[in-house]
Amino acid sequence: MRKADERYRLDIFCRVQNIAEELNGSQNMTSTKPADIPNKQFLSTRREDNWWLGPASIALGFTLFIIYATVRAFENQYFEVSNLLSPFYSPKLEFDWWHYSPAILILWIPAGFRATCYYYRKAYYRSFFLTPPACGVTGIGGYKYCGESKFPFIIQNIHRYMFYLATIVLAILWWDALQTLFTAGHFFDFSHLQFSVGSLIFFANVIFLSGYTFGCHAFRHLVGGGLDCFSCTEGSKTAMTFWEKVTKLNENHQLWAWLSLFSVGFTDFYVRCVASNVIPDYVFFSLAK
Amino acid sequence: MRNAQMRVFRGDATGGDFKEYTVPVEDGMVVLDAIHYIQREIDPDLAVRWNCKAAKCGSCSAEVNGRPSLMCKSRMESFAEGEIIFVEPLRTFPLMRDLVTDVSWNYEQNKRIKPFTPKEDAKWVMYQEDVERVQEFRKCIECFLCQDVCHVLRDHDRKDAFIGPRFMVRVASLEMHPLDQGDRMKFLHDEGGVGFCNITKCCSEVCPEDIHITDNAIIPLKERIVDDYYDPIAKFFKTIFSKN
Amino acid sequence: MSNYEIREHDVLVIGAGGAGLRAAIEASAQGLKVGLVCKSLLGKAHTVMAEGGIAAAMATVDARDGWQTHFRDTMIGGKYLNNWRMAQLHAQEAPECVNELERWGAVFDRTHDGKILQRAFGGHTYKRLCHVGDRTGLELIRTLQDKGVHSGIDVYMECTISRLLKDGDKIAGAFGYFREDGRYILFKAKAIILATGGVGRAFSVTSNSWEYTADGHALAYEAGADLIDMEFVQFHPTGMVWPPGVRGILVTEAVRGEGGKLRNSDGERFMFKYLPEATKADYAADETEAERWLEDTLAGKLRTDYRRPPELSTRDNVARAIYTEVKAGRGSPHGGVFLDISYQPADRVRKKLPSMYHQFKDLADVDITKGPMEVGPTMHYIMGGIKVDADTAESKVPGLFAAGECSGGMHGANRLGGNSLSDLIVFGRRAGRGAADYAARQSGLPKISDAEVKAAIDELEAPFKRASGPNPYKLQLKMHEIAGSSFGIFREEADMQKGLADLEKLKEEIKQVGCSGGKNYNPGWHLCRDLSNMLIAVEAIGRSAQSRKESRGAHSRLDFPETDDNLGHENTAVSHAGGGQMKLVKTPLSEMPAELKDLLKKKETAHA
Repeated sequence: MRKADERYRLDIFCRVQNIAEELNGSQNMTSTKPADIPNKQFLSTRREDNWWLGPASIALGFTLFIIYATVRAFENQYFEVSNLLSPFYSPKLEFDWWHYSPAILILWIPAGFRATCYYYRKAYYRSFFLTPPACGVTGIGGYKYCGESKFPFIIQNIHRYMFYLATIVLAILWWDALQTLFTAGHFFDFSHLQFSVGSLIFFANVIFLSGYTFGCHAFRHLVGGGLDCFSCTEGSKTAMTFWEKVTKLNENHQLWAWLSLFSVGFTDFYVRCVASNVIPDYVFFSLAK
Repeated sequence: MRNAQMRVFRGDATGGDFKEYTVPVEDGMVVLDAIHYIQREIDPDLAVRWNCKAAKCGSCSAEVNGRPSLMCKSRMESFAEGEIIFVEPLRTFPLMRDLVTDVSWNYEQNKRIKPFTPKEDAKWVMYQEDVERVQEFRKCIECFLCQDVCHVLRDHDRKDAFIGPRFMVRVASLEMHPLDQGDRMKFLHDEGGVGFCNITKCCSEVCPEDIHITDNAIIPLKERIVDDYYDPIAKFFKTIFSKN
Repeated sequence: MSNYEIREHDVLVIGAGGAGLRAAIEASAQGLKVGLVCKSLLGKAHTVMAEGGIAAAMATVDARDGWQTHFRDTMIGGKYLNNWRMAQLHAQEAPECVNELERWGAVFDRTHDGKILQRAFGGHTYKRLCHVGDRTGLELIRTLQDKGVHSGIDVYMECTISRLLKDGDKIAGAFGYFREDGRYILFKAKAIILATGGVGRAFSVTSNSWEYTADGHALAYEAGADLIDMEFVQFHPTGMVWPPGVRGILVTEAVRGEGGKLRNSDGERFMFKYLPEATKADYAADETEAERWLEDTLAGKLRTDYRRPPELSTRDNVARAIYTEVKAGRGSPHGGVFLDISYQPADRVRKKLPSMYHQFKDLADVDITKGPMEVGPTMHYIMGGIKVDADTAESKVPGLFAAGECSGGMHGANRLGGNSLSDLIVFGRRAGRGAADYAARQSGLPKISDAEVKAAIDELEAPFKRASGPNPYKLQLKMHEIAGSSFGIFREEADMQKGLADLEKLKEEIKQVGCSGGKNYNPGWHLCRDLSNMLIAVEAIGRSAQSRKESRGAHSRLDFPETDDNLGHENTAVSHAGGGQMKLVKTPLSEMPAELKDLLKKKETAHA
């Protein structure tokens, strides 16, 4: 069945071979003679730089965020104070039949958007699934690997639908940010205009989130990347200008992803601090008496 | 003049090992120069594949200290004094001898891809903005470093199911050509194995031509596959518009 | 006797660069069984190194252009020594061949109105070079490769031909080995097309890649064909001079086409001093005019009324100028001169000259958008080669065809930049058709005698029996020394005599060359065979150069600095006289038809 096996060459590369053999079980089963031992032992590499540093720090970053986000989602308090609503809980969905934290009803959207994002996929396939841990470093899975061609990872193909939903949530978060510009209960009453540290944080957050959301690979495709000819019609010419702008954002998708991940966490943290009376939301200026 | 300690793999399909060489380092020398020095002064039969020595032909691909690289672009100055420089053949392809591997599998893949199929009534007017994307892909020098580093081929040995990043780029260069009307989506989905790519981007990292293989070729292709296979709404609109 | 495989083809093409691929595609399109032998992997041939563009009078940028002007430029560049018929066919068919490439998927840079963009180049009156940034050769070879693999051609990769075999006078086949494991292969073929490229590896400072070991020149010579114009070796004016490992690697003429300025260590733009009287009127008179031309070009104007800068003079001329400046002590720190494009916006430089940018950044750690490059002459191209019929590309040996750099006549005494890629596709196509026609006329495969095959095998095996013989790499260095000091950019009788005498000694040493190791991918062994090919080329260059007692085009003699009109009517031809002797005869140029003569007389006011 495995054509490439016929020409397997001697493993001359692996000096570190004390790693669990079963990880490579399917490889070894087809070996018939000693010279056929594949060179694909887990983690084998000739790289001597700190290749593990990148994936390890990403794993750490993600883990910390996931722990924090989970704790906060289930905490079900300190998420709203005056005109500040935590992005984890926005839009606040409250139903009679739902007795748990409202965050759970909404968090699956940004979580799903990020989980199916092309950048995050790269990052967690490397850091958590070790396929591969780093370039030129042998990962796990052996011949059984089938990537995103089968369940579960074939689900990644819904990314564009997650994008649609995420833009709705993003619009609501912009609305929330606008709320911070008015004293509580006086939304769009310009005599109650104000600007606080909270406003600063909320706006930074939605800007980072927008940079991330609108640099999405799926959006880049939908907005014009799917066309073969940009100059053929008036419509496609317009599409090209959009595509070029999205491409600019997309080039730094990784940066936007991290900035927005941090900002959304920090925004929630700030709201929690204010809501639990640890710190006040310092107001720079206010028109309200 | 300082000396460099090199360990170069010597051997063939029946076995082999690293052999140690001491090579004097000149200004601006690259690893391929060191290999040539060894050929000329020590072991004339050291097998290496090279042509242009100017990073244009993509022949001298090897793994230098574990990194898939063109030897003609790996400057000796980039290694620390006293650092041992390991030079070994591409791991992903069967070894012929020393630093030379059998990369013929790649040529087989190219044959499977439907060639350029222009519209019959094409007027051959194309604008720069339309060809720019395709031109990036056509920079490829077929060094096969992306194929070598791709874990689908390298670790999982799925040469039976995945054509590799090089040929994703090839398909992208045809699919995005403004005058091409061939359809390679079914091939890409069923035989090319686009789903096997998990966009971990090592191909983009090693590309000596700086082609954004993942972002500009593979991901856009994956999105086109979504249009055709996984997105009923897009499929619906596509059918309506293609009828007009 | 060792075993060998046998393969049969109607047409066998040796060499898979632009010309070989084009020829194979054409022969295959005629419905024949075609084999294509490449010494490296497919698509790695030296064609990938061609940077500037394909010269073709498409007139997409400057409507005044036409084949007549292209023809005239080519003849003037070649100092009238060209085979006029080849120059004519070349100028007439190049646009069609470029269009054909586009239909096969090549993606050229575009004009504002969506046509193929053309750029200025040395010696071309109008903007004429169709290009893709500075990687046009790669585009050409990849297009042909992709077309070729879907044309049913049998490709033999990493296979070297060591001998052509004949049946009586006629070509009958070829013998060679696979580099992978040294196994032998015998090709039986009705017709053979040589498209093996040049001879650069006989020189130490060269822009040519590993494969350029004069194989086609030597194979044809040994099979009885004539080699003409071998004294004309083009030194490209701008090769890298530093670091040592990359000395000789090409810096494309497109740098000058895009406005690159040559300066010596005094900061002087010295090319104004070196313009020959004959063409002086075509170039800017001073820096001010050159600047105006540049402004118009940068502004994207399709035509300008200013004359082009002197840096765009022909290659032979610029190369000699740089050499002279360096000799006079006005060179750069590493023995070249300065070529500067850094005054232009960095983005434009990176866009127009991407591979130059990377080449200098990666190989020399120089940022060409920030400072000048150091450049000097490098051996680049041989105008001389196998003498062929212009229309069919057939040589004197029936059934043996040649196209591309290994053929001779097309470029005369000096090749214009951009005329090489067009040469490949025009004459590749003609050779393919010529060989197919010839093969179709043959009744069956010619016969090959076992004795000839045995002789070929013995020759290849011999170096293993002399393991203690001289190291082939050392002998190649000796050859470099001879070629560089005696047959370089400037030549002199005494040097050439010494060079030829040294070659005789080297010839004896090469007979003793030995190699160690086995037959599996053994470059030392391969070089043993290549050496004798290069030796033939260097000797042909030397003898031809010695016999031409004038300076003309790329052939510059210190003892005969002037061009002698009386010598402008004959080509030098060398052929095999038996017993290892080389025979040299002067062959007169054929008479040009009156209408072409008129084209040469008519002098347009040429501003590009």
